Amino acid sequence: MKKVIMGNHALSYGAMLSRSQVIAAYPITPQTQVVELLSEMCADGTLNAKFIKVESEHSAMAACIGASAAGARAFTATSSQGLALMHEMLHWASGGRLPVVLGNINRAMAPGWTIWTDQNDSLSQRDTGWIQFYCASNQEVVDTVIQAFKVSEALAIPSMVVLDAFALSHTYEVVDIPDQAKVDAYLPPFNPPYRVTPDDPRAFGGLTGPEHYMELRFKLQKDMEKVLEMIERTGREYEKQFGRYLGLVDDYLCDDAEIILVTSGTAGYTAHVAVDEMRDHGLKVGNLRIKVFRPFPFEIVRRLTQSAKKIAVVDRNISYGHHGIFAQELKSAIYGHGDCKPVFGFIAGLGGRDITPASFREVVDFTISHDRPEEEIIWIGVKK
Amino acid sequence: MKPKKEIKKIVFQSAEDMPTMPMSIGNMLWNKTGSWRNIRPEIRLEDCIQCGICWKFCPDMSIEIEAEWPVVNYDYCKGCGICAEECPAKCIVMVEERK
Repeated sequence: MKKVIMGNHALSYGAMLSRSQVIAAYPITPQTQVVELLSEMCADGTLNAKFIKVESEHSAMAACIGASAAGARAFTATSSQGLALMHEMLHWASGGRLPVVLGNINRAMAPGWTIWTDQNDSLSQRDTGWIQFYCASNQEVVDTVIQAFKVSEALAIPSMVVLDAFALSHTYEVVDIPDQAKVDAYLPPFNPPYRVTPDDPRAFGGLTGPEHYMELRFKLQKDMEKVLEMIERTGREYEKQFGRYLGLVDDYLCDDAEIILVTSGTAGYTAHVAVDEMRDHGLKVGNLRIKVFRPFPFEIVRRLTQSAKKIAVVDRNISYGHHGIFAQELKSAIYGHGDCKPVFGFIAGLGGRDITPASFREVVDFTISHDRPEEEIIWIGVKK
Repeated sequence: MKPKKEIKKIVFQSAEDMPTMPMSIGNMLWNKTGSWRNIRPEIRLEDCIQCGICWKFCPDMSIEIEAEWPVVNYDYCKGCGICAEECPAKCIVMVEERK
């Protein structure tokens, strides 16, 4: 069934169709509608889930962790400051190997107080051991939530489904809402091997000495390494059912491109439009939109950028004292593999400043006219 | 009450043998938190009304009910004093630990 819905409601539909059993969330702009709709669904019986009202995001994640440990499928959503407040609990979820799915609306971090988009909130959680998906359309949001549960539960690693504030969260698009019976066939009930139950009492997450801790982390990393293959495999299954494939990246005209734009989120869709325009002017440009940031899809990125002469990474985020974060990833992906081609690191669109096709033309103009980036960061649209 | 499971310390020889999540590996067998205690609860059973409140409130599950009477497990009791505070018969006193 096709519906015109906002990005936030796409997250709600994803959680509903996945038959989430526990939802615990605290409202924050621009995430509010996600949980508003879910609370309505719980109230009117559309969704048979326990909706837990909490006093903070830290507690929201704690409730999801408890629910997941008890064998319930748990979902929450947050943004920016709320995600930062969850930080400690994010480690508990991944370290405890609990497949919670979290929708995060990318909102810049304060101060200055802000509600508009950039990726520093979710990318600050890079090393918490969560899978991270970056979406560029409302359709992708619904499809990703369902697949995130599938991948997370198969490997016991939690997932974060990330979308841009306003550019996606409050933008209405036509979404093909998957059929519930088909989703049920694709995503069977959550059935973990161990759970908190009085029938088989166990201590979860208790004191772990030096003789065991490192093996636990080794196992988390080893399972993290299986995620990419799992996303591809479950993506093909999903495609068979629903006709849409969620891969690791969205590559557009990369094969013969001399310059490849590396993008993520909604800016990646804008780049797609910009590439069409530039191709009309005879510029051999391609767009590689990264959909999965953790684990990073090194191999496919290497393969798709192989024949390009230059790579231009556009980051809507910054690691202060270093570069844009995707630019770092790109450099580490191609280092030591084939020709050392220049990676140009651009930063644009922080705090919700628009990234337009003109921004990408500026990026490509700069990349064409310089042999090397010269500066570690090339700023787009900043009033210097 | 169900009979207690046997507790034993587990040391895994390989990552493969370990459960995915950190779970029930018996580390509290050697981590005897009773040594942290500065004051110890002593129960005067002659005044005890067998209400079970001390057992229920102990955050470390260090009070057990044996043959219907409370017994403190000094291997793990940290001496927080919650049992003495909550005891309605006031039959638990906190006594300075002699070290």
